Amino acid sequence: MQAQHAQPFPTRWKRPPVLFTHTVWRRVIYTGALIYLVLAMQSIEIDWQRVYMGLDRGWKFVEGFLLPDFTTRWHDIRAGLIESLTMTLTSTVAGVLVSVPIGIGAARNLAPAPVYLACRGIITLSRSFQEIIIAILLVAMFGFGPFAGFLTLAFASIGFLSKLLAEDIEACDGSQIEAIRATGASWWQVVNYAVQPQVMPRLVGLSLYRLDINFRESAVIGIVGAGGIGATLNTAIDRYEYDSAGAILIIIIAIVLVVEYSSSYIRRWVQ
Amino acid sequence: MLKLDKLSKTYATGDTALSQVSFEVPAGQVVGLIGPSGAGKSTLIRCINRLVEPTEGTITLGDTDLARLQGRALRRARRRIGMIFQEYALVERLTVMENVLSGRLGYVPAWRSFLRRYSPEDVSRALALLEQVGLSQHFNKRADALSGGQRQRVGIARALEQDPELLLVDEPTASLDPKTSRQIMRLIGTACRERNLPAIINIHDVMLAQQFTDRIIGLQAGKVVYDGPPTGLTDAVLTRIYGDEDWNQMRGEEATDEAPRTPEVDLAEGI
Repeated sequence: MQAQHAQPFPTRWKRPPVLFTHTVWRRVIYTGALIYLVLAMQSIEIDWQRVYMGLDRGWKFVEGFLLPDFTTRWHDIRAGLIESLTMTLTSTVAGVLVSVPIGIGAARNLAPAPVYLACRGIITLSRSFQEIIIAILLVAMFGFGPFAGFLTLAFASIGFLSKLLAEDIEACDGSQIEAIRATGASWWQVVNYAVQPQVMPRLVGLSLYRLDINFRESAVIGIVGAGGIGATLNTAIDRYEYDSAGAILIIIIAIVLVVEYSSSYIRRWVQ
Repeated sequence: MLKLDKLSKTYATGDTALSQVSFEVPAGQVVGLIGPSGAGKSTLIRCINRLVEPTEGTITLGDTDLARLQGRALRRARRRIGMIFQEYALVERLTVMENVLSGRLGYVPAWRSFLRRYSPEDVSRALALLEQVGLSQHFNKRADALSGGQRQRVGIARALEQDPELLLVDEPTASLDPKTSRQIMRLIGTACRERNLPAIINIHDVMLAQQFTDRIIGLQAGKVVYDGPPTGLTDAVLTRIYGDEDWNQMRGEEATDEAPRTPEVDLAEGI
């Protein structure tokens, strides 16, 4: 068969570049990027003396971590933990309850244009602010304590859950939706019979993941006054009680681990 | 009885899928709709139950003009038309029974379907249909646990659960093996004869169409180019529908063995 062709087929083949197809431009862009990186690194100022001082303090922190003190401040830690867990659970539940309708409204294949735009607007608003900024704002509005924390976490959960839920609804198998519509089902019945079974595992998974995030965030927003274990941690660090702070961090890690393992178990179970 | 009059569909992209299609289907007649890919077979079927909006023309089922209906009236019309899909289009995470009962969605209020509280007649009809299609053991299994042929049987039961006046069937055998394809076609044929139900079966396999339908409509580029008995599909007619091909060879091969030709043979043919 080969003999029929005047020229033999080439034996070398290279995958064509995807990004910058012009050879000269590709080289110019890559070299330019490299030069910029080197120049940018040189502009970083490092005060090595200050770093050395910090190392000393950092070592004290590591020591506190290695010899954590659970007992001295146990009452504060316990109260903070209970507050944090309450905040986490209530805000996740509230977040899920609000984000399901918003998520459905933000799915292009289910909602009419005005509803879609309104729901996407809510999602964008919720996602454009970091938790700490919302917490500072809500602490100023509602005062120190877990209520501001609850509102912060619920608000942040809405943006996160609705967006991912809406994307999952949009990625649904269209033929199943079509089949249910073809039976004469109403909009609610289409949601209940064709969409809900398809997105339920993902919704459960996302809610558990959000529970996990909310607990970690509750430790952070406590620092700006929104209650919970974060407030206890902040106090401990302010008093240079690194052993108590170490104890708090170990408890946070343990709880996140427990939530992580149980959520992967539950996800497998609802699949 | 179903009557299409000058039905046309032009998509927003400007592609004309159907132009001036007119025909009537009397009660009890099983019509095979054949034609090359892209001839408008799927569009035609979906225009009838308005999963696709027709641009022009009328579709009369009994004494309702389906092309003009909106909202509740459209849903009431859809529940009179059963549809069977190419890739079964079952809701995979629901049970077989829920899939069959979803055929009643056009008849029951949303709260009943949400709580799965169907009337005794609906439930016994669903169980009788599952018995009829040979799946009485499987009613509590999840749909994704079934094989391809079994899933299509559930699809048939779902369509019949609607107690329809018309059956629309879109490529029922496209992903099934030859034996199962025949069983499915026989099942659809029997169901139609028992209920004196008209059906439009959109099908790629000409031999199956000839064997299991009462009448053939050939579609080419959105126009009806053949409308007559299955025996009238001569080489000239097939060429008019599909274009030039050695039709005798197709018949000969289909009669001796149904295994698809291996790529090896195709390659040899090319040389």
